[in-house]
Amino acid sequence: MASTVLSAPFPSAVDLRGRSPMIGVPKNGGDHLLLKGKGFGRVRMSVAVNLSRFEGVTMAPPDPILGVSEAFKADTNELKLNLGVGAYRTEELQPYVLNVVKKAEKLMLERGENKEYLPIEGLAAFNKVTAELLLGADNPVIKQGKVATVQGLSGTGSLRLAAAFIQRYFPEAKALISSPTWGNHKNIFNDARVPWSEYRYYDPRTVGLDFEGMIADIKAAPDGSFVVLHGCAHNPTGIDPTPEQWEKIADVVQEKNHIPFFDVAYQGFASGSLDTDAFSVRLFVERGLELLVAQSYSKNLGLYAERIGAVNFVCSASDVTDRVKSQLKRLARPMYSNPPVHGARIVANVVGDPTLFDEWKQEMEQMAGRIKHVRQRLYDSLSQKDKSGKDWSFILKQIGMFSFTGLNKAQSDNMTNKWHVYMTKDGRISLAGLSLSKCEYLADAIIDSFHNVS
Amino acid sequence: MALGAAISRAIPRRALSSAATSARSASSWWGHVEPAPKDPILGVTEAFLADPSPDKVNVGVGAYRDDNGKPVVLECVREAERRIAGTLNMEYLPMGGSVKMIEETLKLAYGEDSEFIKDKRIAAVQALSGTGACRLFADFQKRFLPDSQIYIPIPTWANHHNIWRDARVPQRTLRYYHPESKGLDFASMMDDIRNAPNGSFFLLHACAHNPTGVDPSEEQWREISYQFKVKNHFPFFDMAYQGFASGDPERDAKAIRIFLEDGHPIGCAQSYAKNMGLYGQRIGCLSILCEDEMQAVAVKSQLQQLARPMYSNPPVHGALIVSTILGDTELKNLWLKEVKGMADRIIGMRKALRENLEKLGSPLSWEHITNQIGMFCYSGLTPEQVDRLTSEFHIYMTRNGRISMAGVTTGNIGYLANAIHEVTTSS
Repeated sequence: MASTVLSAPFPSAVDLRGRSPMIGVPKNGGDHLLLKGKGFGRVRMSVAVNLSRFEGVTMAPPDPILGVSEAFKADTNELKLNLGVGAYRTEELQPYVLNVVKKAEKLMLERGENKEYLPIEGLAAFNKVTAELLLGADNPVIKQGKVATVQGLSGTGSLRLAAAFIQRYFPEAKALISSPTWGNHKNIFNDARVPWSEYRYYDPRTVGLDFEGMIADIKAAPDGSFVVLHGCAHNPTGIDPTPEQWEKIADVVQEKNHIPFFDVAYQGFASGSLDTDAFSVRLFVERGLELLVAQSYSKNLGLYAERIGAVNFVCSASDVTDRVKSQLKRLARPMYSNPPVHGARIVANVVGDPTLFDEWKQEMEQMAGRIKHVRQRLYDSLSQKDKSGKDWSFILKQIGMFSFTGLNKAQSDNMTNKWHVYMTKDGRISLAGLSLSKCEYLADAIIDSFHNVS
Repeated sequence: MALGAAISRAIPRRALSSAATSARSASSWWGHVEPAPKDPILGVTEAFLADPSPDKVNVGVGAYRDDNGKPVVLECVREAERRIAGTLNMEYLPMGGSVKMIEETLKLAYGEDSEFIKDKRIAAVQALSGTGACRLFADFQKRFLPDSQIYIPIPTWANHHNIWRDARVPQRTLRYYHPESKGLDFASMMDDIRNAPNGSFFLLHACAHNPTGVDPSEEQWREISYQFKVKNHFPFFDMAYQGFASGDPERDAKAIRIFLEDGHPIGCAQSYAKNMGLYGQRIGCLSILCEDEMQAVAVKSQLQQLARPMYSNPPVHGALIVSTILGDTELKNLWLKEVKGMADRIIGMRKALRENLEKLGSPLSWEHITNQIGMFCYSGLTPEQVDRLTSEFHIYMTRNGRISMAGVTTGNIGYLANAIHEVTTSS
């Protein structure tokens, strides 16, 4: 296209004979804005300046998750409720900055640390504490130097780094993702050019886990696939395997020589306990499996916008660890050179200080506790108001920030259009955005949408 | 062992027999992963930090140091942080980043009263400093103009090659540096611009070229712009040093303004790493000048679509600092003063280094030290001479002979001049 530009006719071509070349740019298709260019003598030419190279660029669709918040903001109705994005809210539905974070920032301000570049792999103090938080400080694999940790841009950035690594070193391999899963997983693997397929996960009949389907699909996949597993508090369903089921999943992963790829975005947010929520990852590590883990501090430390997380590779030997880390750095350098420092320092200060760490554990329990209360209240409201005898107990069985209501797209649309309840079209609601006082209203909305819309 | 060798050949996993896999606990999935070469620039600092010598000098990475060789956090930044502290939550920014920060940032590049800003013709997103801005553009270019390539000046910041390579955009060379004069090879550069196929994409350093410090003159920029018009080339500006080159941000944006006057629909990467000292915050901006507001909205939406699977949304802290400073007249004036201070110190060090070398009776010409501009001086030292500087004098710089003038102080300048004199006159 570019090579034919000069010979194509242009609406604003101007004859430059004789005087300073004036270059015409049609503005808004009508007016001609003449801009003065430097005279270069007697050159006569028609110059095309108006056609943009990016003429063919179409409008991208709004992001299915982040787009919900934007629509919510635009709604003027006072009953509106934002149950879209998974960002924790207080009972007053306000964003919450953890006390330990405020304390850490105060310390940082007082210390007046500099803002120099971090190394490509990120803040060493952060990398140390994040691996320990995930695996347990006494975990043999840490002591033996078998864990390569690289600070990443929250969960997304860490997943992307890992996906880029997979594409480069395992170009034949496939990723297996749960059906459903967090929407951005597919975008990440697509843009990293890693082929993926889905394994069954959610059973709409039971509103629970389709365990047989999950095992069958993982078994059917080619050996050596990367199996993406949500460490705890599955997003969007809130349905986690039981400990016994995790053991069986590990069995089949081992049998098929698959590589487990954990996405841990909610450690602490599921049960309220940081250690309990790391159970699945630690189980697989104990089995001696090599695996990948992406971590995020967006939710559990409320550091959403600081973009702080990590990618961890648990390897079978420490020399392998060094090489893997070097290649992860090589992938990160042309993406963003080195990661942002602020969030890393906050985490290092909180997790690395025993007093602040204990305080964090308490705040974590409170946040998770509020969500459990809200679940209970929502269940009570639904059971009380719904006379159809439908079993709403799945709300109590699910765990973490989200509940998969079982509402379909049309029903979800009804929630928004009629009730001004904003949620994602897959029927997912974020309980983190729900207050006790709004549970009854929400119950009414869900009952109406479920029974009166198909 | 056989299994290790098999892994080294990176054969697909499914080809391994079950017997082999039962022995796998002793080997690794990642056995075939080679160690990556050290990053040529960031690797220098690592080596410097590991050196125990009390005389060591780091003139490697381009991070500003004061006259005591210490990193600097600007006063305006500290004040901005005090104002921000404890007042705001950390909710996700929109995918495109902080609107306020972007507004202020565009004014710096396009002009305070730019009609393009008024007409909303600029698609702009907050990016992960200069690197992130370049990478987003490269990915955007790949997605929407998959057959395009990029002309990159020789030499350039090493990471430019990594960025366009990982974005899978083929690279072509644009002759730039003239080793004999240690200045601009303008004739060859213009030849390459003329000979490139019409409508080619070019990466240009808006000011303070990295690593050479050699910038075209205003006259030369005008000629380049004119030739770009003739050829309908696309100019992508990497502006990482606005304010740092001359001390005056308006002056440093001159090249961009010339291109805008001439009607080019430019792309631009901006960074606050150096001019606001916000290195580790990763704060910058990618902008693309479009035909009209509608196109700008479409382009911005697609840039966001590229960012979402990379990092979802950009980090907030640096953006808050920037918008607090640039949005407040007093703080902005303080910033302008501090940027000028940094640039002046560097200009002073350039003068002094050249004088020192001339006083030592060097037979070589060191004019280029003061002719070049910005943080870096392309000294003309050979890799072997650089190696000697490191092994004999504990002076660290990149092997292309690039000296980061920001690392030069009144305290080390004598030592540095002596060492350079030594390695360039003895063998």
